[in-house]
Amino acid sequence: MKYMLLMQFSAAGTDFPSIDTWTPEEIQAHIGFMIETNGKLAADGELVQAEGLAGPQQARIVRAGAGGAPVVTEGPFAETKEFLAGWWIVDCETPERAVEIAAHISTAPGPGGRPLNMPIEVHPVMSAPPQEM
Amino acid sequence: MLSRRFGDFATAEDAVQEALLAAATQWPVDGLPDNPRGWLVQVAYRRMIELVRAEAARRDREDRAARREGDDRRTAPPADEALATDRDDTLVLLFLCCHPTLSTASAIALTLRAVGGLSTAEIARAFLVPEATMAQRISRAKQRIRASGLPFRMPDEEERQDRLATVLHVLYLIFTEGHTASLGADLRRVDLSEEAIRLTRAMHALLPDDSEVAGLLALMLLTDARAAARTGPSGELISLADQDRGRWDAAAIAEGTTLVTRAMARGPVGPYQLQAAIAALHDEAPTAAATDWPQILALYQVLERLSGNPVVSLNRAVATAMVHGPAAGLDALAALDADPRLAGHHRLDAARAHLYEMAGDRERAVTHYRAAAGGTTSLPEQRYLTMRAARLATLGAPS
Repeated sequence: MKYMLLMQFSAAGTDFPSIDTWTPEEIQAHIGFMIETNGKLAADGELVQAEGLAGPQQARIVRAGAGGAPVVTEGPFAETKEFLAGWWIVDCETPERAVEIAAHISTAPGPGGRPLNMPIEVHPVMSAPPQEM
Repeated sequence: MLSRRFGDFATAEDAVQEALLAAATQWPVDGLPDNPRGWLVQVAYRRMIELVRAEAARRDREDRAARREGDDRRTAPPADEALATDRDDTLVLLFLCCHPTLSTASAIALTLRAVGGLSTAEIARAFLVPEATMAQRISRAKQRIRASGLPFRMPDEEERQDRLATVLHVLYLIFTEGHTASLGADLRRVDLSEEAIRLTRAMHALLPDDSEVAGLLALMLLTDARAAARTGPSGELISLADQDRGRWDAAAIAEGTTLVTRAMARGPVGPYQLQAAIAALHDEAPTAAATDWPQILALYQVLERLSGNPVVSLNRAVATAMVHGPAAGLDALAALDADPRLAGHHRLDAARAHLYEMAGDRERAVTHYRAAAGGTTSLPEQRYLTMRAARLATLGAPS
């Protein structure tokens, strides 16, 4: 079963300063943790995909306007309250395992090397074979 | 052959792969050897010896070799055993690939790789995961088999039925996984249902007297016979009752029916034969209305006693409704609410929705179809259930 894990940052749900205020060592430790985590998931045969997203400054919200032409209705977001920072798709045996992976990612180190305990959303991906109805 | 001779499955597979690579590069240049199989075996054998020699810890190797050595290796085999050995090797390999110490996903991957002969890239595409991930999953599975020191030999008689059940379960999962592929844009080049049928057919040829192996093969054929009618032009699910029966595969139905009839006559009767018999009754009905529901209900009752699977109880409740009316079916479903294995399960909602629809209670049917749509993790199912709710809601709305 595949699960999508979303690293969703929100001003309300997090109690740590944004990464641009961290020391180089703190940033390095954070990146090292992510690389190690992805390496472990790959070695376990569970990693389908992992991507980080560019910052909210580069994001846009697009709707179709007259004749289907794209209309940018919002963004770039200079001071956004909530944004998606990255995601993983993992393929694992049980929902419990997906939760375990999410909890591990949540412990990524932040300022002072302390775990960020950031919220990770776990979504099952629609990948099961259908039953005959 | 090499696994048996050396008792080392992972290294043997590497050796065979290298021999095949050598063949792919040398045969087009030097021409096909007189005995291609003999050539491959000899090259793989030589490579195997090199690989084994290269292994560093000699004592460790000897230890493991001693543990892996089957009892039958301590005495010389009779000269006429060659065929039986080949036959047993495939079976032993299946038992090893579907060993209970492996996770289901690993067992499936290893079976397709080692017994089915699919490439890692093909298996990865079939399951929509990167090739590197699938390669790791297979290599992990091999390590696990190696670390557990499992001998490469047939399981003992008493262990064999349990182990066979695991093998059949893995083959069945490969088969159902194939149903995902037949829907929507088909990005997968390997048809997993076909592959599962091929493997089960091979297993049936090896164990022709095993009634459950025959039952599983029959179940696959009788289910696959409906594949072309199961989805509409845009990949949408079509319910059994609404399928165009003219598009069912008559040859597969005939073969499956013959297989399951013979197997049940021989016995012992098991869950796969019962499911195949139910599938055969659906397949033999010229119209949905002509379905022999009393017989299907009787088979579900036997299956329920035999398997204790709550999903079977759910299907039995639906069959009860078809025989005794929706109220009786809903009563049977109510009895299942207490089962924690089914609590909140979308299939319970889907069955309930279906029976409320039968009973003419549109409002409740819509509620349960929507709940089922919210609970499924299959996209075609979700679309089907959402559509079913929408149609009923439209019918129910005042115009």
